[in-house]
Amino acid sequence: MNSITQDLLSIVADFGGKFEGAYNIRQDCQSVARQSTDNVKIENKTDGKPGIDIKIAPNTKGENVYIPACITKSDVDDLVYNDFYVGENADVTIIAGCGVHTDDSEASRHSGVHRFFLSKGAKVLYIEKHVGTGIDDGNRVINPVTDAEIGEGAILEMDTSQLGGVSASSRKCTIKLDKEAKLIIRERLMTDFNQTASTDFVVEVNGEDASVNLVSRSVAKGNSYQEYRSKIIGNARCTGHSECDGILADNGKVNAEPALIANCKDAELIHEAAIGKIAGEQILKLRTLGLTEEEAEATIINGFLK
Amino acid sequence: MLEIKNLSWTAPDGRKIINDISLDIPNKKLIVITGPNGSGKTTLAKVIAGVETAESGSVLLDGEDISSLNITERAKKGIGFAFQQPVRFKGISVRDLLMLASGGTATDRQLEETLYKVGLQPEKYLHRDVDAHLSGGEIKRVEIATVLLRNSKFMLFDEPEAGIDIWSFNNLIDAFSSLKKNTDSSIIIISHQERILAIADEIVLLKNGRIKEHAAKDDIFPRLFCMNSENCGKKRCGCPKEVKA
Repeated sequence: MNSITQDLLSIVADFGGKFEGAYNIRQDCQSVARQSTDNVKIENKTDGKPGIDIKIAPNTKGENVYIPACITKSDVDDLVYNDFYVGENADVTIIAGCGVHTDDSEASRHSGVHRFFLSKGAKVLYIEKHVGTGIDDGNRVINPVTDAEIGEGAILEMDTSQLGGVSASSRKCTIKLDKEAKLIIRERLMTDFNQTASTDFVVEVNGEDASVNLVSRSVAKGNSYQEYRSKIIGNARCTGHSECDGILADNGKVNAEPALIANCKDAELIHEAAIGKIAGEQILKLRTLGLTEEEAEATIINGFLK
Repeated sequence: MLEIKNLSWTAPDGRKIINDISLDIPNKKLIVITGPNGSGKTTLAKVIAGVETAESGSVLLDGEDISSLNITERAKKGIGFAFQQPVRFKGISVRDLLMLASGGTATDRQLEETLYKVGLQPEKYLHRDVDAHLSGGEIKRVEIATVLLRNSKFMLFDEPEAGIDIWSFNNLIDAFSSLKKNTDSSIIIISHQERILAIADEIVLLKNGRIKEHAAKDDIFPRLFCMNSENCGKKRCGCPKEVKA
């Protein structure tokens, strides 16, 4: 792998020279490093699509699986399909960030389609960081798609963040929950300049006593624009909570359209949303602690997106 | 020592909220400012801290005129201010906020001791966010802790008792009493609360934006509640029993 990939990996996957556990590193449309373990097998897809199948054995505990993708130059259009099959009662962490680097105005794009199949009792922490690096006005596009089927009693915890430098992104998540399954999504999003970002979460809660908690926090700075759409569909006795908070700075704009659909009288669904600029009182408080206005604003934003 | 000289502030609607106030607050003194609602107490505090800008007059800290300094500069000079209505921060923990207050220098032990002083158990609160999940009383105590940790030359607490339950209030009285004994700083507390007035060295009574009375606590304390009482129409009757009746 080249040095740009190493830099991007350090940002999106805390890469310190090597990964412990199973991994597949994708660079400019191809795999440049791969390792399977006894419990985690990574193989090329056999259906003709670009990408890999990741098969995690039942009862695998405490292993990390790294599936990062990096684009290190302009004029690259990467499309990859990664399928994760998580065996019963496995408990693993999957780190699947993406970094795109461009040094001129030519566009580069990464579209990653990830499908998750969590068997009964499985537990997955899925960490996905996105970042763009290179010239300020580079054209860097990241379009993640996440489809998941969460089996009985299984838990999927998604921690996603877009750290900046991405000129356009479109995130689409479609997730179905079985009985007693649990979904937690924490999204952190920062846009600046003329960047755009859209998020679509569609969650179908089909099993009794399943639960969903979606939390999205975003900051729109410069002339950037964000769209957030979430839909929780309660088809059974279940609980669902969706929270969307946005901070506006400069001329940033946010359009949030949360939706709750209860198709069962025992579905308990809640939504909270708040969009606005940083409260003046927050700035004042931090200034009374000795921070400048700029330091106060940065502290508030960093905390908000933590 | 903090010196306030001929300070005035007028609201945007033209009402004179602070009217030519002068006041000296010596080191190691605890002064409680009290008075009816709308008398200008909170505005005076905000003007001292630089949150509001005085239209005239000056504020001197240890002889240095800080009137032209902004909030940040005044904080760095040693003005600490606990707001009457603390703000909440999503994603900033109690620990984060206290560390900011200390300038990043506080030890874990100092953080824990400070939280104990304001009646919060560190193990329960240090890692919680300063957000809507804290009650009004809890967040108020965190606010007070931010000022205690700064160890400022001059500390200003705006109605610290508001929203605090009686058990925590006892802790708070202890904390202020201890602060008074152990600090070289000067302290102003804005309060209506009898037990806070009782630990003051001096009491300042504000009315209609002016200092109505400024005296040693023992001089003013017996008469004060009568003046504040809605039930007693008599001014300065000098008889606390009348107030209680």
